[in-house]
Amino acid sequence: MPEIRNYTLNFGPQHPAAHGVLRLVLEMNGEVIERADPHIGLLHRGTEKLAEYKPFNQSIPYMDRLDYVSMMCNEHGYVLALEKLLGVEVPERAQYIRVMFDEITRILNHLMWLGTHALDVGAMTMFLYCFREREDLIDMYEAVSGARMHAAYYRPGGVYRDLPDRMPRFKKSKYIDDAKVALLNEAREGSLLDFIDDFTQRFPKLVDEYETLLTDNRIWKQRTVDISIITPEKALQLGFTGPMLRGSGIEWDLRKKQPYEVYDKLDFDIPVGTNGDCYDRYLVRVEEFRQSNRIIKQCVEWLRNNPGPVMLDDHKLTPPKRENMKGDMESLIHHFKLFTEGYSLPEGEAYAAVEHPKGEFGVYLVTDGANKPYRLKIRAPGFAHMAAMNELTQGHMLSDVTTVMGTMDVVFGEIDR
Amino acid sequence: MSEYYNKLADSLRNRFAGKYDECFLHVGQVNFVVKKENLIEVLTALRDEAEFAFDEMIDLCGVDYSEYGDGKWEGERFAVTYQLLSVKNNHRLRVRVFCDGEPPQVASVTSIWEGANWFEREAFDLYGIIFDGHTDLRRILTDYGFVGHPFRKDFPLCGNVEMRYDEDKKRVIYQPVSIETRVNTPRIIRDDHRYADRMTEEDSSNA
Repeated sequence: MPEIRNYTLNFGPQHPAAHGVLRLVLEMNGEVIERADPHIGLLHRGTEKLAEYKPFNQSIPYMDRLDYVSMMCNEHGYVLALEKLLGVEVPERAQYIRVMFDEITRILNHLMWLGTHALDVGAMTMFLYCFREREDLIDMYEAVSGARMHAAYYRPGGVYRDLPDRMPRFKKSKYIDDAKVALLNEAREGSLLDFIDDFTQRFPKLVDEYETLLTDNRIWKQRTVDISIITPEKALQLGFTGPMLRGSGIEWDLRKKQPYEVYDKLDFDIPVGTNGDCYDRYLVRVEEFRQSNRIIKQCVEWLRNNPGPVMLDDHKLTPPKRENMKGDMESLIHHFKLFTEGYSLPEGEAYAAVEHPKGEFGVYLVTDGANKPYRLKIRAPGFAHMAAMNELTQGHMLSDVTTVMGTMDVVFGEIDR
Repeated sequence: MSEYYNKLADSLRNRFAGKYDECFLHVGQVNFVVKKENLIEVLTALRDEAEFAFDEMIDLCGVDYSEYGDGKWEGERFAVTYQLLSVKNNHRLRVRVFCDGEPPQVASVTSIWEGANWFEREAFDLYGIIFDGHTDLRRILTDYGFVGHPFRKDFPLCGNVEMRYDEDKKRVIYQPVSIETRVNTPRIIRDDHRYADRMTEEDSSNA
């Protein structure tokens, strides 16, 4: 009788369901996974080392490129670490703007996650639905920062500029006629805040729409219920954070437990799962859509009624106004100093964390008093989740690997850094 | 908040007397520098004792202090930093342990927190720190067959080798790099008087 051996399967590094570049070496027994060994690092760019060679502000755009589907939240973590060491307090309006854009980013990220997760499992339509709404959110990014993805909008001391009074509009071209232009511009007649407000009115209905497609869908449930169950104790052991931890029934959210910016003034709930399987994590994230929407509504309301500065007036840290530079020597010197040498941080170290859509995104910063970081460590939530790949897939079928990858919400930009 | 952490620092000092080198507060965060030989004992106690209950290890990373403050650093070259979080008590702690030698060695904490596995592999890959007791210490982020530890301060930013496709050999080859690291903005340490008050305030609270 011939000897039966385990079968080793190489998944990736280029595979549409790998969400980027992941090489997964799977030891299989028939179709059952015995051991999974992810090989990461194919997208390693050495962000942390690069940051050591640049003044602090020049690293902000690198943060966008870590988790490239939730750009502003990454910036937020980095900027918070700088502000902690500098000991500065950001103007309240800037805090509200940051919170609002954090939540817009959360929806942006979760839409990407939902679309691709469902696509991996076989529900093609979801992908199209989710990307339709992402378009509006990316337009908000563009209106406020000028870039559709890599915004570099948060700066130490506030945000780069105030919200625009006029939302950019579509123009007639040979591809879109007048009727189409009118339809597209319907929500864009007012300011950015009006556009966001309109979105928050529409969005809950759209989430209902996603849910009618998935929540009670028989195939979706067969593919996700009871797949890769993680107990709360195990989740803590493995260093899980964010929806992965909440899906296992632990009520832990930095926005509530260790509030930063103005989260303690806002009203929202933390959804928590019970079984810790893929389906629960799906439900948690879908509920986060609704909660984020609630937060955005409150921020819009506040921002409408409270104009004010969005950046500190300390020109050792933030650039002076351009019109002042033309006539004021002091401003010119500040501008020159800031954009050549940058600013120095006091010696010391700090760790700042934000509730990123994927979990806890932390930045550990060591400085020796120079104008560049001495050591910058980025704690990416996906890294800890990816490390548990073996734990999550053991004993499951090959087809569940894609489900697990979807439920972890992997993005290699942050895992490989 | 800082009052709470002052208390936490005090209870750490009492509980682990003689087992740590330093315990101080900085920007409202507790820094706890543990002696290398007591690392496992202290971390296990930090996880298990109800007063601390650090049930989650958020992050682990290496730091190379060799060029700190442009050469004023006199302590041991490498440090491993642990960011601990207690979900039960809702507090955080940063534990540091210093190590030296070639290769530097520290005990592995994978037996305390399973999640440390990949973080230790990363610190090994980037800094060459050996974690005693780690069962699977392989490189993780760098290429297969990579030589050196790229995040050490004596490793050049542009690396040592570059990769290209060779038309004659019909395969990808490695060769020494053809570029030099360019410094656009020099590194300058400034004593900034604006922070002086805040720092003295904090130092007095530590005493």
